[in-house]
Amino acid sequence: MKDKRFLMKNLILGLLVILLVVFPLVTIKNAEFVGADDKAAEAIAQVDKNYKPWFKPIWEPPSGEIESLLFALQAAIGAGFLGYYIGVAKGRKNVNR
Amino acid sequence: MEKWMLLAAFALLLMAPQTAYAMHIMEGFLPLKWCTIWYIASLPFVVVGLVAINKKVKENPKLKMLLGFAGAFAFLLSSLKIPSVTGSCSHPTGVGLGAILFGPFAMSVLGLIVLLFQALLLAHGGITTLGANTFSMAIVGPIASYYIFKLVKKAGGPNWLAVFLAASIGDLLTYVTTSFQLAIAFPSEIGGFTASFLKFMGIFAVTQVPLAISEGLLTVLVINMLTVYSEEELIELNVLEREGKTT
Repeated sequence: MKDKRFLMKNLILGLLVILLVVFPLVTIKNAEFVGADDKAAEAIAQVDKNYKPWFKPIWEPPSGEIESLLFALQAAIGAGFLGYYIGVAKGRKNVNR
Repeated sequence: MEKWMLLAAFALLLMAPQTAYAMHIMEGFLPLKWCTIWYIASLPFVVVGLVAINKKVKENPKLKMLLGFAGAFAFLLSSLKIPSVTGSCSHPTGVGLGAILFGPFAMSVLGLIVLLFQALLLAHGGITTLGANTFSMAIVGPIASYYIFKLVKKAGGPNWLAVFLAASIGDLLTYVTTSFQLAIAFPSEIGGFTASFLKFMGIFAVTQVPLAISEGLLTVLVINMLTVYSEEELIELNVLEREGKTT
């Protein structure tokens, strides 16, 4: 029974997160949604016009596609392990019952 | 003249990694002096974190899996670039969970691993700025999360509230730290450190507010899951009382 209640709670929490994510997309028109660090780079250029980045990334993803592949990979590794852990824990719990 | 300067700055920006998103201080965008200072500042915390992890795992090898879980959570959350009310994107950090479970220092190591992965493979953050980024995301954030969690519990607050506040405020403070690091390295000609600090806060911290709330909610969600499936471990780590009251 406890499990049922917790599922409801987590569904609601999940929905809240989705709402929070979708909200800016719907309400803000013509936003570019670039990264905050790109904005920071602009701000640095405003504060110190002569500042030049003195180091370049050793390796960069050759294209946006490759980059999204790597980001997806990062998410997949993370999510995969989370699922694995919960699965193992759930199995152990059922055995002990 | 002014215009040319701006154009030059833009040209520089175009040459800078187009693909960099979100929040860490980018490669090369922090003067060498400050890179060094933050490396030195971060080092002791990482060492303490390693010792703390070793001790915890030695006492109870079962916790190894849960440590992996905390790492995986940070890995997943920091790969999600989420739009915000300022019209730009950033990502949550996911380090609050590990801090709540394993104490203030364990996440210094796990956070460092996440940052290293992103710096090397995604050109996101950087190797030169790794010390500074570790300090904000893997040290200040988790320490804040841990103590906020303890404080709310001590005040008799419910578990879910303690978790929510710990994760969300910890996330927010990470970005306040990033703003501080940039402001101290780039004080404005007019208004000095304060003007710069407010400028960077406007970029990082404000963007982060809805994401911090999301991170708080997600961390509560995950702790709920662990409460149901991993109660023993949570009791061992003093996150739950013996009663196993669900949040």
